[in-house]
Parts: sequence; C-alpha cells; structure tokens
Amino acid sequence: MKLTEQQVRHVARLARLALSPEELVTYREQLSAVLDAVDALAQVDTTGVVPTSVVGASTPHLRADVPHGEVGVKVALANAPQVDGTSFAIPRVIE
Amino acid sequence: MKGLVALTKALADGATSSVETTKALLQKPDLVGAFLLRDDAGALAAAKASDERRARGAALGPLDGVSVALKDNILTEGVVTTAGSKLLAGFVPPYDATVTTRLKAAGAVLLGKTNLDEFGMGSSTENSAFQQTKNPFDLTRTPGGSSGGSAAAVAAGLCAGALGTDTGGSIRQPAAFTGLVGLKPTYGRVSRAGVVAYASSLDQVGPLARSVEDVALLLEAIEGFDAADSTSSDVAKTAWREGLRSGVKGLRVGLPKELFVDGMDPEIDASVRAAARRLEALGAHVVELSLPHTKYALATYYVIAPCEASSNLGRYDGVRYGHRAKDVKALKDLYEKSRSEGLGPEVKRRIMLGTFALSAGYHDAYYVKAQQVRTLIRRDYEAAFASVDVVLSATSPVLPWRLGEKLDDPLAMYLMDVLTLPCNLAGLPGLSMPCGQSKAGLPIGLQLLGRPFDEATLLRAAHALEADLNLSLEPR
Repeated sequence: MKLTEQQVRHVARLARLALSPEELVTYREQLSAVLDAVDALAQVDTTGVVPTSVVGASTPHLRADVPHGEVGVKVALANAPQVDGTSFAIPRVIE
Repeated sequence: MKGLVALTKALADGATSSVETTKALLQKPDLVGAFLLRDDAGALAAAKASDERRARGAALGPLDGVSVALKDNILTEGVVTTAGSKLLAGFVPPYDATVTTRLKAAGAVLLGKTNLDEFGMGSSTENSAFQQTKNPFDLTRTPGGSSGGSAAAVAAGLCAGALGTDTGGSIRQPAAFTGLVGLKPTYGRVSRAGVVAYASSLDQVGPLARSVEDVALLLEAIEGFDAADSTSSDVAKTAWREGLRSGVKGLRVGLPKELFVDGMDPEIDASVRAAARRLEALGAHVVELSLPHTKYALATYYVIAPCEASSNLGRYDGVRYGHRAKDVKALKDLYEKSRSEGLGPEVKRRIMLGTFALSAGYHDAYYVKAQQVRTLIRRDYEAAFASVDVVLSATSPVLPWRLGEKLDDPLAMYLMDVLTLPCNLAGLPGLSMPCGQSKAGLPIGLQLLGRPFDEATLLRAAHALEADLNLSLEPR
C-alpha cells in the first residue's frame, strides 16, 4: 500500500511526532515499502480464525489492588524535567 | 575468560576472589563498544560483599560473586538506564527490574549496562543513539542486535554472562553472530517487570553466555513467577543443569523446509545441515517437516510489534521523565517536540507504522488480520510438535554484515529476522548455539525451538551437540 503525504502527516500527528518536509518524503517511501510487504497478509484465508493477542499457558493474572512499593514524592520527581514544589510542571493549558 | 560455570568453581575453590575477577574485568578496555556504562563502584562494592559472605561460609549460591552485564533496557535502581535512546539519557530508575533483583539476590556482581538498538528496535545495534558496537570476531562487522552490546561484552571476555531481551530474535541473532549460546525463554517464564517495554506480547528476557551450562545457570537465577508481571507464568522453577547430560537418543528433530530459505548463505546452510547429521549420529531421529504459514511471519511481526510499540511508547511525553524540549509554550507542542527530538528514526518509523495499522479504517485489515495469522503460525508449531520434540534451523540466514551496510533500507534489515520471528509470535522457547565458522572466521549459529515451557529439551539437545562439536570459537 502506497501512503499519500496527507496520510503520513495524519499518522505523525496521531503519534505526536513532528516531521520536517524531508522526513515526510523519506518516511512516506519507507513506510509504503514496509506496508507493501505487509500486504501479503491479505492472501491468507483467516475466516473464523480467532485472533491471538497474547500467548502463554494461562490467562493474565491480576494482583490484589492494594498499594505497595511506594517510592515517595522525592524519588518520583527525581527524573522530572521540570518540577513545581511536589508536582510535575507543564506549560499552562487553561487560560 | 573461561565462562560462567568455570568462574563459579574458581570462586568456590578459592582459586580467585570476586574482587580480583571483577577488578580485572573492569580494567579490561572495552574495544568493541559493548558497554554504555560500567558501574565500577557498584560492582566492586558488590564483589567485596560477596567475598565477605563467602569467607563467613554464607555464599548465596553458585552465582555469588560472578560478574554479569545487563542490556540497558533492564532497570537498575540508582544506575542510569537509557534503552539506547536519547530520550532516556540520564534516566535513573527508582527501582530494579525483577530480573535485576533476582540476580542481586543470587549474589551476582552487576558490571554495567550494555548497548542496544534504541528500545530494542533493530538487528545490528546500529540504532543506538549513543555508540556503535563492533563484533569481536571482526571489528568492521555488526555483533547483531538488538542485544549486541550484551553479546559483544561476553564474546570479548568483558563479563562472564549477560542478560538480553528478545522480541523478534534480539538474543538469538547476536548470540549467533558472536559465537555464543543465547536463550529466549518461553513467553511468561521470565518476568518482564522493570524491562523497558517494546512489544509486550513478544518481549522476553534471557541469558547470553559461552556455554549451554552457563545459560542454564543464569536461567535458574532469573526465571519464575512474578506478581508484578500479569503475563508471568506460575510454572515451577527447574534445576536446569541436572538434565543437561541425558543425551539425545530417540529425540525427534524437525527440519522445516520453510526455514531453509532461498538466498541463505551456503556456508550457513551446510553448517546447520552438518549439525543435524551429528544429532542423528548421536541417536536422534531427524525428519523434514512443513510450517506452511512461515512466509507470513515477517508481515505478521511487522504489524503486531509496531502496533504494540506505538502504544507502549506513548508514555514518553516529556512530562514525568525523559527528554523535554526547551522553550515550548503549549502542551501539545511539548509532546510533539520532546518526542521528535528524543526518538531516533527507526523508532519513529515503527511508531508511525503501528499508529497507522491501529488507525480508524485500517485496524481490522492490519492489526486484527495479523493477530489471526499469528494464530495460524502458532497452530503450525503445535502441529509440528505433535511429531517432533525440537525444530532445527539456522538462527540467521546471513553472516554478520558490515557496519553501515544495511542502514539505508529498513525493509532489508527487517528481512534479516525471518528465521527468529516465528518463535516470538508462537511464544515458544528458542535457543541459538554455535555450530561452526565461516571460511573468513565468522561464527555460525543454529536455532532450536521447543514446545512451550520445554526449555529442558532444548538445553539437553544443545548440550549434547555442543559436546560433540567441541568448537572453540575465539575472537582473533
């Protein structure tokens, strides 16, 4: 499948990636080439075949919903690019 | 460097100490660019603690004092973990991955963090944002990837063993390229908690080392149920080394014709077939078989893995940790600029591929379709394992290529994974081991695949073959 420039721009926006005009051209070519190869899947008859989302002997298990392994505010914020007191700081979103 | 089991014996006998071996390894120059970080202070402190335990007669087990390295997508508390991405440069994890915790509990000395393709996305370690890693057998060639740093570190004698991760072959292919044994355990055998996520239904942590027994020992230390990973399996832990020497008499080995692909390097083809004949000579029954959906594995993988990646990597927003773009006024721009500046081209490619395949109008044709074909691939293997115990093929269709050679053509790079991908899609255990050397002296690896949770048979077959071939592959 050949992607249009419009489609690549749309996908980049959904993925929150900004592309330069040169990148747009390169990715359009490269993604189209991969999708061409991937289109082989259409040849397979999958009528009635159950999709596999996860493999394994058992179904995924969930632990009890109780807090554990608390790291504390200081550690939790240690890798933050910008901090305001005990919070992560971001640009203003409400005027 | 003789290997991990040899080191455990030397430590137990008092022939060496952990401090002595750790110091020697840390002082060895890293000429192959295997390590992103060597934790000299942490490793020496752990080595000293190990020697003290041993002196008191309180050694924690065979791995106590043994030096290992971790791929840099495995979290280490207080020690920078980057996943090979500029986006995570300087990131200091607040906790250990479960496999890190388990190695520490076994007394292992963690030497440092090894290079990888960014977030595990690649087959040559060239997609690392930081440095190139070279193959110890030929410094102009790739060590494979994405666990190329771990493979190069072990092969160059910079550590006794290492952990890697394998989403589509990232342990097995670098092991093959560097003359090592590498094991991707059955999906769910080893916890993924604290491992930087790439494609969650395919990712698995596993060992790389110089012998089958070394790998078995590392597997013992890291496997087992973990409540922190919802897909962790509660199968019993095993003493893997006990069954290693039972031989292969009566073992049924399948050679799938679809995995002996067109365009495969003739030296590899000959070497793998010769190994199959050795297994036969040792008492195994070798039969040809067919896995009809193999030709769709590449397409299936390159839909499912990018879809999962696009979702997993959505967390990198420049807010809580990781790279943040400067001088940004709006939140939307903060996300977009931080991600665009921090992520490399292959990662962007896979994120966009996955985003496209999950987008409205394409979800069923790509993502659901690929999941259905995944079922068919899994069924192929279920049917095969009704009549054989292991499936044998080459690990890689080609020898290690020259650095830079395949960087311009992503699809050509993806094709290199064609023999290793089905194992992840089907959730099987897979092992790569050396079976020969090319005329130019490059290592050749073969791959054994087994039934889910039957690593025992893989390790037993590999051990028998290893003893029979008696190769000693050493970098020049």
